[in-house]
Amino acid sequence: MLILNCPYCGVDAEETELAAGGEAHLKRFGPGSSDGDFHDYLFMRENPRGVHFERWRHVNGCGKWFHAARCTQSLEVFGTYSAQVTEPPKEIREAISAKRPGWTWREFE
Amino acid sequence: MSEPISALNHVSFDGIAKVEEIGLQGMITLRGDLSDKVLAKAVKDATGQKVPVQREALVNGDTGVVWMSTDELLVLVPYQEVETRLAAMANALSGTHALAVNVSDARAVFRISGASAREVLGKLAPVDLSPEAFQPGQIRRSRLAQVAGAFWMDDGETLRVVCFRSAADYVFKLLKIAAQPGSEVGVY
Repeated sequence: MLILNCPYCGVDAEETELAAGGEAHLKRFGPGSSDGDFHDYLFMRENPRGVHFERWRHVNGCGKWFHAARCTQSLEVFGTYSAQVTEPPKEIREAISAKRPGWTWREFE
Repeated sequence: MSEPISALNHVSFDGIAKVEEIGLQGMITLRGDLSDKVLAKAVKDATGQKVPVQREALVNGDTGVVWMSTDELLVLVPYQEVETRLAAMANALSGTHALAVNVSDARAVFRISGASAREVLGKLAPVDLSPEAFQPGQIRRSRLAQVAGAFWMDDGETLRVVCFRSAADYVFKLLKIAAQPGSEVGVY
């Protein structure tokens, strides 16, 4: 059972109150981009064993989207943060580094 | 014009707690910047309450205001007065980026009262309802089995539950089963 703290309403919401929104921090390649970029944007996703960044929505609650950093192997949650960012904030990265030194995820480390 | 009636028309059930549909309740969904002074005044004029902080419920009988999310409030007013109060609110908010809508007829409201009220709801929602974690003055939006619902406490043994009107029958049946005589769990 995954329990995430919603950064908007501040409750510790368990998994059945949330809806998963897939990988976080995707950059959209829409009309005008190359076929290769569009293909990668549409289909290519991380599938790590370890540190992962995801989007979640507190659907049976305040209804807001937010980001979560967690470990896919141990289900440990490193932290949740606002949806209005394009990369993980410093304190989240530091929290992960404290527990998983040398972690990398896509272009982030 | 025909007389409005609530979804289940005051149906009730007595078990380990009393479950009743409490009839028509005027409700206005108000969205906007909650730190806005104009919005705060509109809320004050409609309900006599200040703008609630995160997960706060400021309710007195059938009038009050509860926090729904970072940009949404639920304003409770008597059912008969909802149109006039909404008009006043819309007028006050005309210059601001805010939206107020009458949702009274889209909702159903239940009251669960009795010593085991916390237990009845605790069986249905993934929420810690122990007195240490949940007290009068707080609102929690969550799910009741398979549908969305919001609830707060009027006092230590009374809960008020709001759900969509279309799910009213489902929620009443859920609460009825959860309140069956002899089904006390004894955790709270």
